[in-house]
Amino acid sequence: MNKIKIGIPRALYYYEYGILYKKFFEKLNFDVVVSPKTNIDIFNKGNLLAVDEMCLPMKIFLGHVNYLKDKCDYIIIPRIDNYGISNQTCTNFLSLYDICNNLFDINILNYNIDYSNNVDEIDGFLKMANKFNIDSFKALSTYEKVKEEVEKENKKNIILNRKKLKDKNTKILILSHSYNLYDDLIGKPIIKFLEKENIKVIFPNVAEEEILLDEAKKISKDLYWKTSKKLVGALSYLTNKVDGVIFLTSFPCALDSLAFELAMRKTKLPYLNLVVDNLNGFAGIETRLESFVDILRREIYV
Amino acid sequence: MYKIVIPQMGDYSTPAKYLISHIIDCEIISIPITNKTLELGSSNSPLFVCTPFKYTLGSFIEGLEKGADVLIQFGGGCRYGYYFELQKQILEDLGYKFEMINLITKGEFDYKRIKKEIERLGLKLNKLKTLYYIFLSIKMVKYMDKIDFYIREHIGFEKENGSFIKLKKQMLKDFSTTKNYFHLKYMYLKYKRKFKKIELDNSKRKYKVGIIGELYTLMEPFANYNLEYELAKMGISVKRYTNVNYLLFEKKYKIKDYLSKTKDYIKYKMGADASDNIARCKYLCKHNYDGIIHMKSSFCTPEIGAMPIINKICKKYDVPVLYFSFDTETSEVGVKTRLEAFFDMIEMRRTK
Repeated sequence: MNKIKIGIPRALYYYEYGILYKKFFEKLNFDVVVSPKTNIDIFNKGNLLAVDEMCLPMKIFLGHVNYLKDKCDYIIIPRIDNYGISNQTCTNFLSLYDICNNLFDINILNYNIDYSNNVDEIDGFLKMANKFNIDSFKALSTYEKVKEEVEKENKKNIILNRKKLKDKNTKILILSHSYNLYDDLIGKPIIKFLEKENIKVIFPNVAEEEILLDEAKKISKDLYWKTSKKLVGALSYLTNKVDGVIFLTSFPCALDSLAFELAMRKTKLPYLNLVVDNLNGFAGIETRLESFVDILRREIYV
Repeated sequence: MYKIVIPQMGDYSTPAKYLISHIIDCEIISIPITNKTLELGSSNSPLFVCTPFKYTLGSFIEGLEKGADVLIQFGGGCRYGYYFELQKQILEDLGYKFEMINLITKGEFDYKRIKKEIERLGLKLNKLKTLYYIFLSIKMVKYMDKIDFYIREHIGFEKENGSFIKLKKQMLKDFSTTKNYFHLKYMYLKYKRKFKKIELDNSKRKYKVGIIGELYTLMEPFANYNLEYELAKMGISVKRYTNVNYLLFEKKYKIKDYLSKTKDYIKYKMGADASDNIARCKYLCKHNYDGIIHMKSSFCTPEIGAMPIINKICKKYDVPVLYFSFDTETSEVGVKTRLEAFFDMIEMRRTK
């Protein structure tokens, strides 16, 4: 019997849940297909499908789903409503399932999280497993094993990230959602450029989630989006430890338009506000990055 | 005595003013939205925030320049909930001194917290009195919305130009002098009768159009370039469901019903008013409306998510749909041209 193929789009929440999905289904003996790293072709196809006012990561996501649609039996599309009343997500994640369901003719493997209605991460995974008639005990034990592995990895990443703080070179904190930062079209070129300039790039995952969420209250009391909270928390956590901050936003990001504006007004660090839109031409961004780096270095050595 | 500013949204400033001026001892500065408001607001706002932020910030700045010292922001779901903190920061950075109160936090109206904030200003709040006036203003909103439904459907066909608007202005003026519940009810019935007596020319009645979209843009006529009135002038009766009464009280009960009615298209709540709008879109299509107008402020994320689905529904039922995305720099002429073209298309489809 052929194995069932499950597709995971490498966009949006892939960078939070992707490895978890992949390991979970591989352990349960499925074939897992992850879409390739974002390239211009994928983006262009997504752009054609999307409404023109949709945000950049959303267009990229649609491109990835489009790539996967003939290559697997099921595609995982997460729908994340909230992580509790004061830890909400962008409304794009609320409507992701329904948008894809209407735009594509595909089998969707539904992963739904809604903490304020008592649907948590475990429920989400069990429901996915139940769809293939895998009994809950087996699914639960696999989930726990996999989760442990992923968490170990996350901790390792945090330690690696923190080690960079001791470096004597110029250190720049990049604040951006994980789906911008680790994406090959949006964030990767910027990181590469900075590393080439001999700069230590600090990622926002500098401490455990709970610490960052707590830390965010020092800058903003009312903020209720989880991803933004983590970023603002990282900024507050590193106030005296980095030389500069880059706010990397994808055009029209709803959360960043408000949360970053407040952070920029409150932080005392030198910052650069980068808005990435339709991805044509890196030269403009390069110039701005160069001059920002020059300013930072002058401040240190003069 | 404190001077208070409440941002304007349609005609709802009347009940809001009524409520606040009766429960605390203060003077209320009314700021009608003009181009100046918009300019002040947008020059001090972040780049791609949704437009209601710019409107409310603009009216706050104008109010502060007129000597206000207490600002009231309503808050709510989606991005509205976070307006308060950022606007406060922006205004403080501009060098103004003021107090600011957010009415709805975490999706709830917390009486204790608001009482504390008001007492911090040195004012007193009487619980019974407050509850009574909240009840009265809620009733007032309900009556206003009921009458608005009637006005929207018939304003295009009045025999004497401007008679609806004139009467409505008078009604709002009278409503703001409400003495008690019976007085309010009496006035409502009186004006209802008066509105129904306005002579109509039903031969003009040709088409009906449904309007759906983002709540602020729908309810504030300045934000949508008086689109409803423009439609009425063309002889179109307008149906619009979103109003304050719906948002505050009916939404909780109706959302499940809406989701079950649109099972073929959506499975979950899509954030803010998106799923409501999809359900209404389907309803309007099924009931043979001639067209649907969807409007939002630019960058309104939930509505953008709803757009592909609305498109699909309209295609299936073969109903034309027109999308408007209002920013601070949309020109009025452009809106009019598109409306006229839309009207012509509806007309052509009918005569085929």
